[in-house]
Amino acid sequence: MTRAVVTGLGVAAPNGLGTEAFWKATLAGRTGLAPLTRFDATQYPSVLAGEIKGFVAEEHVPSRLMPQTDHMTRIALAAADWAIGDAGADLRRLPEYGMGVVTAASGGAVEFGQRELENLWSKGREHVSAYQSFAWFYAVNTGQISIRHKMRGPSGVLLTEQAGGIDALGHARRHIRKGIPLVVSGGVDAALCPWGWVPQIASGLMSTARDPDRAYLPFSADARGYVVGEGGAVIVVEDAASARERGAPRVYGEIAGYAATMDPAPGSGRPPGLRRAAENALADARLTPRDIDVVFADGAGVLALDRAEADAISGLFGPRGVPVTVPKTMTGRLLAGGAALDVATALLALRDGVIPPTVNVPDPAPDYGLDLVTDRPRDTAPRSALVLARGYGGFNAALVLRRTDDRPYDTDERTTACPQAPR
Amino acid sequence: MRRVAVTGLGTVAPGGIGVKEYWELLTSGRSATRTISFFDPSPFRSRVAAECDFDPVAAGLTPQEIRRLDRAAQFAVVSAREALADSGLDVARLAPDRIGTSIGSAVGCTTSLEREYVVVSDGGRTWNVDHRYAVPELYRHFVPNTMAAEVAWVAGAEGPAAVISTGCTSGLDAVGHAVELIREGSVDVMMAGATEAPISPITSACFDAIHATTPHNDEPERACRPFDRSRGGLVLGEGAAVMVLEEWESARRRGAHVYAEIAGFAARCNAYHMTGLKPDGREMAEAIDAALQEAGLPPESIGYVNAHGSGTRMNDRHETGAFKRSLGDHAYAVPISSIKSMIGHSLGAIGALEVVACALAIEHGVLPPTANLHEPDPELDLDYIPLTARRQQTDVVLSVGSGFGGFQSAMLLTGPEVRS
Repeated sequence: MTRAVVTGLGVAAPNGLGTEAFWKATLAGRTGLAPLTRFDATQYPSVLAGEIKGFVAEEHVPSRLMPQTDHMTRIALAAADWAIGDAGADLRRLPEYGMGVVTAASGGAVEFGQRELENLWSKGREHVSAYQSFAWFYAVNTGQISIRHKMRGPSGVLLTEQAGGIDALGHARRHIRKGIPLVVSGGVDAALCPWGWVPQIASGLMSTARDPDRAYLPFSADARGYVVGEGGAVIVVEDAASARERGAPRVYGEIAGYAATMDPAPGSGRPPGLRRAAENALADARLTPRDIDVVFADGAGVLALDRAEADAISGLFGPRGVPVTVPKTMTGRLLAGGAALDVATALLALRDGVIPPTVNVPDPAPDYGLDLVTDRPRDTAPRSALVLARGYGGFNAALVLRRTDDRPYDTDERTTACPQAPR
Repeated sequence: MRRVAVTGLGTVAPGGIGVKEYWELLTSGRSATRTISFFDPSPFRSRVAAECDFDPVAAGLTPQEIRRLDRAAQFAVVSAREALADSGLDVARLAPDRIGTSIGSAVGCTTSLEREYVVVSDGGRTWNVDHRYAVPELYRHFVPNTMAAEVAWVAGAEGPAAVISTGCTSGLDAVGHAVELIREGSVDVMMAGATEAPISPITSACFDAIHATTPHNDEPERACRPFDRSRGGLVLGEGAAVMVLEEWESARRRGAHVYAEIAGFAARCNAYHMTGLKPDGREMAEAIDAALQEAGLPPESIGYVNAHGSGTRMNDRHETGAFKRSLGDHAYAVPISSIKSMIGHSLGAIGALEVVACALAIEHGVLPPTANLHEPDPELDLDYIPLTARRQQTDVVLSVGSGFGGFQSAMLLTGPEVRS
C-alpha cells in the first residue's frame, strides 16, 4: 500500500502566524490567549480568546476575493499558500485530477453569516450579499482553495467539530491510497464574532475566567472549561513515492494510523469511544502503545471530559506510561482548526526531537495518572506521536504520526496493493 | 474488493413521509412545489418551495427529541429509523464499532440558527447578540455534526461518524464516503444519507441575490422546469434520505433484501468558480468516467441517468455537455430525468434522495419522469423523460450532482444480480 506523508505545513495560530513563528512561541511557552479585541465582549460571561494577531488579509488574498470571503477563509487561503510553498510543490507539474482538497469545518464562516443575517433582518432581503450563498457555508474553504490552486481531484469537507482536523487528514490519506498524489488538508476556523460567541456560551463548556493564565487548565483539578481561539493548520499530504519523484524538499512524517469512533448514546452505560479510537489507530499503524513516544491530548479542560481522556490514555499506556502534552493551552481550542494544528505541532515535535509543553498546568491532578509535559519542553527525541481529538456530540479521532527519516519516501513494503493511477 | 449493498431505505420528502409515499409521488409525475407557507414570502423574488408536511409527533419523535433537534436533524432521525426497520438488520447482534454514520448536509441547522439569531439579535437590531436569550440547544445547531451523532444513536453505531458538507453534492458525497468506509474495511454497516431543511428567509434571500431560484411564482406546481425552455431557476426543497449500506457478503449471508449495489463513486472539482459552471461539463464528465472505471462498467451499460437537473439554464447545458462527453453516442439513447422537478432542490439532502430514487427505479423497473417538461430547450437534445414515468427494467443507473464550491460527483448503482 502507498504511504501518505506530510510534506508541507501552513500554520496560523493565536501565538504565532506562520509555522516557525508559531513553533518558536510554542517552545517558549508563549500564550496567545488574551481578552477579546475583535468585538466588545464585556457583556458576556466569557471574555478571553486566542486571536490571531497581525494578519493583514490584503497581503495574502487577491483583492477580487476580498468581498466574497470571510476572515476564516482568508486565513485558510493564506495558510494553504504557505503549506504548498513549504512543500515546494510545482502544482503545474502535477495532474489536475491528481490534487484534492479535504478540510474540516465546524460552524462555517460565522462573521460573514452574521453580517448578512443582520442585513436581511434589519434592512431587507435586497441588502443580502450576492456572496452569502457560498461565503458562509461549511464547504467554503475547500472550494476556494481548490479554485485558487486549480485542484480538480477528489475533495471533501468533514464536520466533527474539534475532531475534524484529524478526520480530514484521515480522509486525505484515503484519497492518497486510491492513487491521488497530493491532497491539501487540515482545517482553519475563526468564529470570533458575537454570533459565533453566543452559541459557545450556550454550550456551557467555555471558561468564564478573566485571567488568561488561569482560564484553560486541562488535566488540572481546577479545570473550569476551555478558551476558544481561531486559526489552524493547512497540511499537504502526499503519496510518498510521488513526493520522492518530484523531489519534495522535506518529509515531516508519515500518517501511519488513523481511526474515528462515536461515543455510545447517552444512558447506554457503555464506555466512551476515545480509547477505542486510539487502539484502532495504533492497530492501523501496526504499532503498540510501547512504540508511541508522545501523546498530544484533546485536553478539553472540562472535568468530566478530562477524566474520560485520562482514563483512556492511562488505560492504554499504563499510569504515567507516556509523555502527554496539550500545547493548545497556548492557543485555545480552534474548533475545526484545532486538531489540524495539533497534528502540525506534533510533526514539528518529531522534526526537532522535542515535546512542546502544556502551559499553566504545573500541578496536573495526580489521580489522572498522566505524565503531563508541563512548564518547559522535553528533549526526548520523539519518533512517533499519537494525536487525540474529540468533537462535540461524542466524536473521537486519533492519528498516529511517525518520523520517516530512515526511509522518507519508501512505499510500504508490507503490502503489495497497486494503486490506480489517476488519468 | 469488498462490495456494498443497499439494504434499507428511509425518506422524508415533499409530498409524503416515508419511502412508499416518496415513490408514489416520483412515479406520478406530480410536483410537490407550492407557495412558501413557512414564512411570509411576499418580500422575496422567488416565493415557491417544495415543503414537507412533517409532523414530528406523528413521525414518532419524543418531546425531548423535538426540543433538541433542528428540523433537518428530525428528518434524519425519522429517515434513519425507517431505513433501519426496512433493512431488518438486528444491530444488537453487531459490534457497535463496526457500524458507522455518514450524513450529508450543505447548510446544517440553518433554520434553527436563523430563528435563534432573530431572538438574540432583537430582530437584527444588535451586532452584540444577547446570550441571555439563547436556548441551551444553540451550540448543537451551531455545529451540525451533531446530526450525525443523532443518527448514530438510532442504530447504536459507535464506528466513524461525520457530517459531510460539500454544498449540493453533500448527499452523494456522504453516501460515497460511506461506501469507501465499507470497502476499506473500517466498518461493515453504514447509516448513510443526507438531510436538509433550508426553507427560511436567509436561504431565500441568498438565492434571490444571485437569481438562482425561479421567479415563476404564479403556478407554484409548475415552478421547477428542468430542461424546459421556459425554466427560470431552481426551487428550494427540503427532506432527508438515509440508507442502510452493508458489506455485500454479510448482507447476503443474513438473507437481507438487497435493493441495489453501489458499484462506483467519484468526486471531482471544477476549480472554476464557487457558483458558475462551464457548458462543457468537463469535470462532471471526468467524475462519471472515474465512477464507471471503478465499477468496471462501460458507458453503454447505463440504463438510466438521474440528472442533477436543478432547473437553471447553466446547469442544463453543463450537465448535457457532461453526458455527451462521458457517454458519447449513448448519451442520446439513455433516458435521463430530474426528480427536482417534483421535490425541488433540497441542497445537501437531494443527492441522497436521488440515490434512493435510483435504488427504487432498479427495484420497481420504473423510471421517474421530469415533471413540467413541456417544451424542451432546443439546445438540449437528449431524452429527458418528459412528464410521465416510464416502465423500463434497468440494471445500471447513474446519479450525478453538482454543487457550489465547484463540486461534481457521480455514483453508479447496479441491480443486485448485475455484478454477482
